[in-house]
Amino acid sequence: MSAAATALRELWGLFVEDASLTLGILGCLLIAAFAFPVLRLRDAWRGPVLFGLLAIVLWENVRRGATATRSPRPSQAPHSEPKGGH
Amino acid sequence: MSWAHVGTVILAAFLASLVEFVEALTIVLAVGTTRGWRSALIGAGAGALFLTGLTLALGPTLQRIPLTVLQLTVGVLLLLFGMRWLRKAILRAGGVIGLHDEAAIYAKETEALVRDGGGTPPLLARLDRVALATSFKAVTLEGLEVIFIVIAAGAGGLLAPAAVGAALAGSLVILAGLALRRPLARVPENTLKFSVGVLLSAFGVFWVGEGLRYPWPGEDLALLGLIGGFTLIALLAVAAVRRSTSDPLIVQLGRHP
Repeated sequence: MSAAATALRELWGLFVEDASLTLGILGCLLIAAFAFPVLRLRDAWRGPVLFGLLAIVLWENVRRGATATRSPRPSQAPHSEPKGGH
Repeated sequence: MSWAHVGTVILAAFLASLVEFVEALTIVLAVGTTRGWRSALIGAGAGALFLTGLTLALGPTLQRIPLTVLQLTVGVLLLLFGMRWLRKAILRAGGVIGLHDEAAIYAKETEALVRDGGGTPPLLARLDRVALATSFKAVTLEGLEVIFIVIAAGAGGLLAPAAVGAALAGSLVILAGLALRRPLARVPENTLKFSVGVLLSAFGVFWVGEGLRYPWPGEDLALLGLIGGFTLIALLAVAAVRRSTSDPLIVQLGRHP
């Protein structure tokens, strides 16, 4: 049972590490699937706009991650590798 | 299907699998040198066998899923997987978090295995449950990622090229491991993860677009544009992170401090 739980946890960890990044990506995908047609965005623009939204999410997440990690204790040693992290 | 697309699939599967195989090799080497090669190799072999069975069982099911559903599902998973790698590679390259160090992981794993009752001369060791379980788990978990990468990269009917890329990476790592018998610490892992993060994220957006039936400008060639776009954003993010940190670690892509 614990082996199955470990396997499921590892599997979950493959895709989800930072909840805000995951939510941001899923939000972009929901916009792409449901809002683009409603907004009557031209078909050829939909892919590039989706890329743009994801790029903004990545940029913002990295910026926030860097600030959150470094600001409180700037002289602290870098974070160690979480177990099983990539 | 253009050669640019096929080549990108092979490259993505090769690079991503290379990272996973290196990580599995580190653990198997640590197990082999501390607890005995017999148990380590049997555990690794059992892991490989389990993965083969899983692939054979699930492979035909995948073929029954409609292509657009498969592309959409795989695209979403690829985006979650690829952008997670890319985010972490950017933060590492920017000096915010420490690099993944195979030599350190090897030393830590070795110490833990010895503490758990190791120390038997490797060649004389009998079957050892801890060693079997540790190498089985390493091969299974990293192998699952390889299988996912192959399925995801080859989702548009390019499973064979993706499998070739992964097989090449596996062969290369196994040969290097046999020759060196120590962890492949010189592999520029963050550069690889950065590149793989870019490639998988680009594939993810591409497959989501295909799954939602968006016509990509330039069709398959749009993939190259997406790769270029993610590379640019990621490099700019690294530069911004380095500038924003008050005491940046001197970390460059592909160069361990």
